[in-house]
Amino acid sequence: MRLSKGGRIDRSRAVSFTFDGRALSGHPGDTLASALLASGQKVVGRSFKYHRPRGVFSAGSEEPNALVTLGAGARREPNVRATMQELFDGLEAQSQNCWPSLDWDLLEVNDLFADFLGAGFYYKTFMWPRKAWEWLYEPAIRRAAGLGALSGQPDPEPNEKAFAHCDLLVIGGGPAGLMVALQAGRAGADVILCDEDHEPGGRLLSEVEEIAGAPAMEWVAATLAELEAMDNVRIMIRTTVTGVYDQGTFGALERVGRHMKHRPGPLPLDCFWRIAAKASVLAAGALERPVAFQDNDRPGVMLAGAMRSYLNRYAVAPGDAVTVFGNNDDAHRTARDLLAAGVHVAGLVDSRPGAATDLDLPFYAGAQVTRASGRMGLEAVSIRTPSGEVKLQSDALAVSGGWNPSLHLTCHLNGRPEWSETLAAFLPRPGVVPGMQVAGAATGIFTTAGCLASGAEAAGKALETLGLSVPPLDLPQAGEQGYGVQPLWAVAGNGRAWLDLANDVTVKDVRQAASENFRSVEHMKRYTTQGMAPDQGKISNLGAMAVLADATGRDVAATGITTYRPPYVPVPIAALGAGGKGKGFAPERLTTSHAQSLAMSAPMIEAGLWYRPSYFPRTGEKHWRQSCDREVAHVREAVGVADVSTLGKIDLQGRDAARFLDLVYTNTFSTLKEGRARYGVMLREDGHVMDDGTTARIGPEHFVMTTTTAAAGEVMGHLEFVSQVLVPGWDVRLISVTEQWAQFAVAGPQSRALLEELLGRDLSDAALSFMGTMPIEIGGVEGRLFRISFSGELAYEIAVPARYGESLFTRLVGMAEARGGGAYGMEALNVLRIEKGFLTHAELHGRTTAFDLGLERWMSPSKSFICKAAASRPGLLAEDRERLIGLRPVGASKMIPPGAFLFNEGDEAVRENAQGYVTSSCYSPTLGETIALGFLKSGPERIGEHLRLVDHLREAVTICEVCETCFLDPEGERTRG
Amino acid sequence: MAEPMLKAQNALPQGEALVLGDTRIDVLPMPRMTSLMPGPGHAALAKALRKHHGLDLPDPGGRVSSDEGECLWFGLGQYMLIGPAPSPLLAGAATLTEQSDAWTSVLLEGPLARQVLARLTPLDLRDASLPLGATARSEIAHMMGSLTRVGSEAFRLMVFRSMAQTLLHELKDTLEAVAARQAL
Repeated sequence: MRLSKGGRIDRSRAVSFTFDGRALSGHPGDTLASALLASGQKVVGRSFKYHRPRGVFSAGSEEPNALVTLGAGARREPNVRATMQELFDGLEAQSQNCWPSLDWDLLEVNDLFADFLGAGFYYKTFMWPRKAWEWLYEPAIRRAAGLGALSGQPDPEPNEKAFAHCDLLVIGGGPAGLMVALQAGRAGADVILCDEDHEPGGRLLSEVEEIAGAPAMEWVAATLAELEAMDNVRIMIRTTVTGVYDQGTFGALERVGRHMKHRPGPLPLDCFWRIAAKASVLAAGALERPVAFQDNDRPGVMLAGAMRSYLNRYAVAPGDAVTVFGNNDDAHRTARDLLAAGVHVAGLVDSRPGAATDLDLPFYAGAQVTRASGRMGLEAVSIRTPSGEVKLQSDALAVSGGWNPSLHLTCHLNGRPEWSETLAAFLPRPGVVPGMQVAGAATGIFTTAGCLASGAEAAGKALETLGLSVPPLDLPQAGEQGYGVQPLWAVAGNGRAWLDLANDVTVKDVRQAASENFRSVEHMKRYTTQGMAPDQGKISNLGAMAVLADATGRDVAATGITTYRPPYVPVPIAALGAGGKGKGFAPERLTTSHAQSLAMSAPMIEAGLWYRPSYFPRTGEKHWRQSCDREVAHVREAVGVADVSTLGKIDLQGRDAARFLDLVYTNTFSTLKEGRARYGVMLREDGHVMDDGTTARIGPEHFVMTTTTAAAGEVMGHLEFVSQVLVPGWDVRLISVTEQWAQFAVAGPQSRALLEELLGRDLSDAALSFMGTMPIEIGGVEGRLFRISFSGELAYEIAVPARYGESLFTRLVGMAEARGGGAYGMEALNVLRIEKGFLTHAELHGRTTAFDLGLERWMSPSKSFICKAAASRPGLLAEDRERLIGLRPVGASKMIPPGAFLFNEGDEAVRENAQGYVTSSCYSPTLGETIALGFLKSGPERIGEHLRLVDHLREAVTICEVCETCFLDPEGERTRG
Repeated sequence: MAEPMLKAQNALPQGEALVLGDTRIDVLPMPRMTSLMPGPGHAALAKALRKHHGLDLPDPGGRVSSDEGECLWFGLGQYMLIGPAPSPLLAGAATLTEQSDAWTSVLLEGPLARQVLARLTPLDLRDASLPLGATARSEIAHMMGSLTRVGSEAFRLMVFRSMAQTLLHELKDTLEAVAARQAL
C-alpha cells in the first residue's frame, strides 16, 4: 500500500489504469509494478511451467515474474515487464499464462505433478512414438508452458531505426555514469549518456543517501542541469544499450512512445539505435541476487534492493509485516529504511554468524530463512537460528544474496569475466572491449563515494584516449558504507527452492543435471533451461552456477559462467526491422514512362527494384493473354513500342577500353568499328555465364555496354573489380549511364517508317544497317539510335536524356497506334524473345555455361578472357550436360509449365531419372501453339525426340518434342529487314 | 513558336514538398551535371578546371563552389561538375559524361534535418566529420546516394532519378516521425 509521504511520485495527480479489467489508480512517476503493489495486487502472473502464483520480484529490467500483456487487438503487446512500464492514464494490463483467471488457474495442476516435471522431463518422456513430438507433444507443451501471445495480426505501430555518433558513450546514468558524463562533457568531448530508466540517477533514485552533505538526488539534479546545458552532451533516457559490436559500434533500444496515452500517429513505439563511439564507459551498475530456499517464489518475496526502490522511490510499503533476509550489510539498509517509513519489521535475518545491528528490531545473526509459506501471498517465514527454528508472521520478505556487477556488455566480444573471492561475484576483465572502461558498481565498487571516484577515474582514462585534457575536479563527499558479503547461494533443506523464477528452475533441477553428467555450465543451462527465459537469467545465473559448482565438487571460478550475448534486454523484432513494412521494404525504381503506363491501365510487375508494365489492356480485353497476343501481333505485323530503360547501360572510356572489353567478354571487341554494336557474353570467375548484352563503339576509345536489367548492378561491380584489382594499371573509366537515358524499343516491320517520320531522316540499311548505331536529334534534343532487336523483327532502340523520356514514350506510342500498333509490355516482350530463342536470366540463371547455352562459338579461341580456363574445364564442356533446347507439345496436353522436369518416355518420374527442365514457356500467337525453352542432357543431339514432361506441383503431364531453340525465322530475314 | 517536340520533366514536382518543425523538404531543379573522370593522375584536370571554370578540384569528400557552379567529389576518380556546361577544353584532361538526367536532388533544411538524416544514413553528421561543404557517397534509406552539407542546417541529397519517389517518401515519413518527437 501507499505510504502517506515521500517518494518521487506526483501525488497531486491520479492516473487510472486497469489490471485484468479491474480499475486501479496510481500517480505519475509510478511504474505499473509500483502502482500494482500500491494497490495491494500481490499476484501479478503465473509461472512458466508450474503456473505458480507470482508477484513482483525486482524493480528493473531484470524482472523475471511480473510480465504482463498491454493493450488489445492488433496493438496487443505481450511480455511487458511491469517494472519497466511507466504508468499512464488509461493503461490496460492483462496477466499472462493463466486460465481461466489469475486467481484460479487450472494449469496449476502442473505444480502437483512437479516431481514428474523436473529437468529433462520432456526429453525423457515424450520420446515415443517419435513422430508424435512434432504434432502432439510440442504443441501441447507450448500451449501449457509459456508467456503472453502475439495478436496474430499485422503490427500497426510505427517503429524506427537510427544512427548516432559520439566520442564517448556512457552506459548507465547512476552516480558513476553521471560523473563520467560530467567530466567528459566539461572536457569538451561529444558525449552520449544512455540510461534505461525514464530518469537518470540509478541506485540514487532508490536509496537514502547523501552527496556533498545534501540528499543525493540534489546532486543528481544539479549534475543533470549542468549536462543538459552542454551542447556536446546528449542524454538519452529510456534507452538500454543492448549489445557491443565491432569497431566501437553499440546497439541500443529506446522506448520512445510506450509511456504515453495519446501517442501522436507517426511517433514510433521504439527506436533501435546503432551508436558509433570512439570510446565508452560501462557504468551499468549491479543486479541483486536472491538466496534459494523452499518456496522462495511466493508472492511477497522480493529483492531487498527492489524493496528499497518501492519504499523510497515510489512510497510503497511492501506489506504490513516485513522480514528482511540477507548475507550482507546492504540488507540492513532495507530494514533501516522500512523502520524509517514506519513499516513493521518482523525480523532481520542475517546469515553471517558475527553480524550485528543497532537497529531496533528482532535480529537473528547466523540465521537462515528455510521456507516461505502461503500460496497466493506470503503469510509466514520459517527461519533456522543457531538456537532453533522460529516462524515469523510476515506478508513480505526482502532477500539479498549480494550483488552481481552488470558486466554483460564486456563479454559481447568474447571476453570472459574473472571471479572475485572477496565479492563472491564475477568482475569484468579490463580491456576485453577495445576502448571501453568500466566504472562504479559494474566493476564491483559498491559505495557511492567509490562510484563517484571510479567514474572520475574512468572519465580520465577515456579522455586520455580521446586526446582531451582532464578537467580538475573536487570529488564530493558521499556515503562509504561497506557491503561485507559472505556467500550464501542456497539454504539447505527439503522442498523446491527456486533459482530461475522466469523458467521455473529449482536447486533440485540443477543438482539433477549434475547427477546426469551435465556438468558443464553450458550443458546444465540447456538441460534445465536455466537462464533461457526473456530475462536471460540476470538474477539467477550466478546462483545456478554456484549450486552446480557445489554439486560437482568444484568452486565457482572453475565452474565458470555461461556466455553473455546480445541483446541485454529483449528487443522487439519490429524495432530491428523498423521501416521495412510496405513501401519501406525496398526502394522502388520507376521508369520515365511509369505514369503514362499507369494511365494506360498497365498492371506493373517487379523486375529487381524496377517496376515494368506487364501489358497494356484495351477496351474489351478480359484476360491478359488477349492483350499479350495483340501486342505480339503489333510487333510482328506493324510496330510496337516498349520501355527498355531498365537495362543496365555502362559508359566505358579510356585508352585501354577496347582491351578491357576483350578481357571481360568471351568474344572480341577491339575489332569492332565505330558506329557498330556487337553481342557479348560475360563469364563469372567460376566459368559460368554472368550476363549477356550488346556493346556499341561510339568513339575510338568510347563504348556503351548494355546489361540485362537483373544483372546491371552485378556487372557494374564486376567491371569495377576487374579494373581496380585485376588490371589497375589500365586506363579505363567506367560510369553507369542507366539513369541518364530513357530508351525505347521500336520494333516491327513499320518501325523504320515510324522513326524516319519522327527523325525526318533516311534510316535505310545504307544509313543504318543491322547492329549499327548513330547519334540523332529530335527537336534539338540529342540522343542515340541503335539498330538492335530482341524480338527478331526489324527493330531499333532510341535513347534520349531521361527528362524527355515520358514525352518521347507518349509520342512513340501515339505514332505506333496510328500505324496499327502500340505499346507492348513484359508479357509480349517475353513471348517475342521465346519465339526467337533469345535468352534472359531464366536461362542465364547462374548454373549454366556458355557451352550449355549453345554460345560456345562466342568463346574466342584466339585471345584470353576472364575465366577462359575455368570455362574450359572438361566438366563444363561435357556433351551430356544439360544444354539448351526448344520444346513443343505433341500430345493431348498442351501445358508446359516452367520449372517442370523432363523424363524419357518410359521412365518413372522421379528425381534420379530427370533428363532436364523447362525454363521459359509461352503461348505463341504467331505460331498458334505453346512453345518453351529448357535444358536437356545432351540436348542439341536429341532434336526430334519425344519426352515426358511432369510438373509434380501443378500435376501436369505433357508429351513434348525436342526442337531447335529458334521457333521463328531462323535465318533472321525479318531482323535484317 | 511551335510546341517543342519533346518536353522536359523533373522526376518529382519541383519545389517545396513538406515543411514540419521549421524543417523543409524541397525538390531542387535539374542542373547541368557532368561527370569528370581524370583517369590516372588528376593534375591536368585540376589545371583545366581552374582555367576554364575558375574552380579548384576538390579533395575527396569535398566540394568547391563559385558563383558559376560547383565541383563535387563523387567517388573514386570521379568528380561532378554542377551548373555550367563543361568547357570542351576539359576533354583533354578528363572523360566527360553527361549525368544531368541521372540524379534527383532534394534539399533538406532546418533544425530537424540532422535528426531526419540520422534515421536514413549511417554517416556521422557532426560538424567535425561533415563540416559545411563536405560531401559523401553513402547509403540513404537503402539507396546509394550523395549527401552534401550545403548550409549549417542544410543538406542536399542526391539519388538516382528512378528512385526519386522513394527518397521523397522516406524523407517525408521520417520528418513526420522526428517532428512527432516534439510531443515528448
